[in-house]
Amino acid sequence: MALIDTINPLLTTGWTKGDAGWGIKDYEARGGYKQLRRVLESRMTQDDLIAEVKTSVLRGRGGAGFPTGLKWSFMPKAAPLKYVVCNTDEGEPGTFKDRDLMRFDPHAVIEGMIIAGYAVGAKAGYNYIHGEIFEVYQRFEEALDQARAAGYLGNNILGSEFSFDLFAHHGWGAYICGEETGLLESIEGKKGQPRYKPPFPANFGLYGKPTTINNTETFAAIPFILGMGGEAYLNLGKPNNGGTKLFSVSGHVNRPGNFEVPMGTPFSKLLEMAGGMRGGRKLKAVIPGGSSAPVLPADVIMDCTMDYDSIAKAGSMLGSGAVIVMDETVCMVKALERLSYFYYEESCGQCTPCREGSGWLYRVVHRIEHGEGRPEDLDLLNRVTDNMMGKTICALADAAAFPVRSFIKHFKSEFEYHIENKKCLVDPETQRMGSGFFKAGAA
Amino acid sequence: MDNDNAQLSPEALRRIDREVAKYPADQKQSAVMAALVIAQDEKGWLPKETIAAVAEYLGMAPMAAYEVASFYNMYDLHPVGKYKITVCTNLPCALSGGVHAAEYVKTKLGIDFNETTADGKFTLKEGECMGACGDAPVMLVNNKRMCSFMLPEQIDNLLAECK
Repeated sequence: MALIDTINPLLTTGWTKGDAGWGIKDYEARGGYKQLRRVLESRMTQDDLIAEVKTSVLRGRGGAGFPTGLKWSFMPKAAPLKYVVCNTDEGEPGTFKDRDLMRFDPHAVIEGMIIAGYAVGAKAGYNYIHGEIFEVYQRFEEALDQARAAGYLGNNILGSEFSFDLFAHHGWGAYICGEETGLLESIEGKKGQPRYKPPFPANFGLYGKPTTINNTETFAAIPFILGMGGEAYLNLGKPNNGGTKLFSVSGHVNRPGNFEVPMGTPFSKLLEMAGGMRGGRKLKAVIPGGSSAPVLPADVIMDCTMDYDSIAKAGSMLGSGAVIVMDETVCMVKALERLSYFYYEESCGQCTPCREGSGWLYRVVHRIEHGEGRPEDLDLLNRVTDNMMGKTICALADAAAFPVRSFIKHFKSEFEYHIENKKCLVDPETQRMGSGFFKAGAA
Repeated sequence: MDNDNAQLSPEALRRIDREVAKYPADQKQSAVMAALVIAQDEKGWLPKETIAAVAEYLGMAPMAAYEVASFYNMYDLHPVGKYKITVCTNLPCALSGGVHAAEYVKTKLGIDFNETTADGKFTLKEGECMGACGDAPVMLVNNKRMCSFMLPEQIDNLLAECK
């Protein structure tokens, strides 16, 4: 599928040839590995490099939006053994940008990781790749071989004193490994159960060594930032929200896919780029940042611009940039039921509030959806989320709670209708046709 | 399964060695996820004896390997059909027909989730987000092959192709 549309291509400049343009020759032809060469040949200092990334105000593209340069600066200088880890465990429902980045421009991720390794003084790195995308993992292994053969990985890279090697680690189906410390546990060959923080990975990371973990898109942005300069990159977006961002648009649009736009692009523009609403139907709600982000009703999202601050002000999160679009054929109770099932299924079971709470949320939403809801259930759901949020080792409990609270907050009357009338407000046939799976008139 | 059958072939062990080489010499356990995948590919599923053989090869406790095998969704701890089809029904896929695609496969094969056809050919699983929501409906065949835009015609073709 590749890129559908873009306003200001940066990360996606290499995507135009689709599956034919990912190799090292194509990457070099479009200026690839030039920044790594410049950093090494000019003997750029680690401080200058980190300062440039700070200037760009690149914020972590995995969901939390933490400033990348600041994260790198937390790495202890003196430690002899450090690691760089890339989080390509892209399993947040609605998110599919890193898969395409890895398919169409794996060398940008590799170059970004090598430069990050130089900046923080790491000798080795791992890229943790989502279990379900085996073909992408295979391609990345091939890209690593190409980079090694070309002298970009290994000892004394490009004749410098800097040595760095990079490996791919393939997941095998666990949403929780997208949480950075769960991911580290998984690389160590264990269950992916998150660790207590502090200590943060910058002090105690992979194998107990200082580790910097960034998202795939974050690493891929690094060569571009160095190419244009941090200031220019920042100015592509808006203050405190530097650069461009990949948005994965799914659901009820005519052209689902990935879109690269400057931070601060109006949601309405993004929706237009995605071909508008499927079948010309009416927008009902949008989850703007992956399934863990609070849902926003149509009128609220239509006034938003796509950047961390605007979406946060509207009461949600930009998260991973996964925009899930829902039209009037959606039963919000059924939609929430599926999301709640997901968190229940993927809770790692380590913390009681999450393990038990996610089950409570799913079962109560399930009974409302199936006509067995009780008048007190909405209060019950909110109370359960109170007992989950902020009470666990990682953010999965919060991620399970946010959809529940926001769906009830914004679509309360639909939940009440369900409880009272024991059926959906949206009639089942309308819901069935909404998915586009069945051709009109067919059985 | 007896212990002889649990052992891995020299080719599988060579592949595991390549995985072990990615990690520091004292961190062989890091290769357990990949080693279990290699073992599952070879055996079709993961009997306890095979998990124990993997653990022994990597110098870790059998229970530590079993913890991994039972934690991650794509390890099969019970026999599955020749073709394991996993359908994503999570919300973004469902909005574009994921649930309906699963129903369609169920009807065609006459089985429900977590069941195998009588001839041992197909097993059907419900999957969680595969990170390809723009291609919905999405299915995985035998964990490694992703199939996109699976509308009725594409599903018919896929099932016919699985001999």
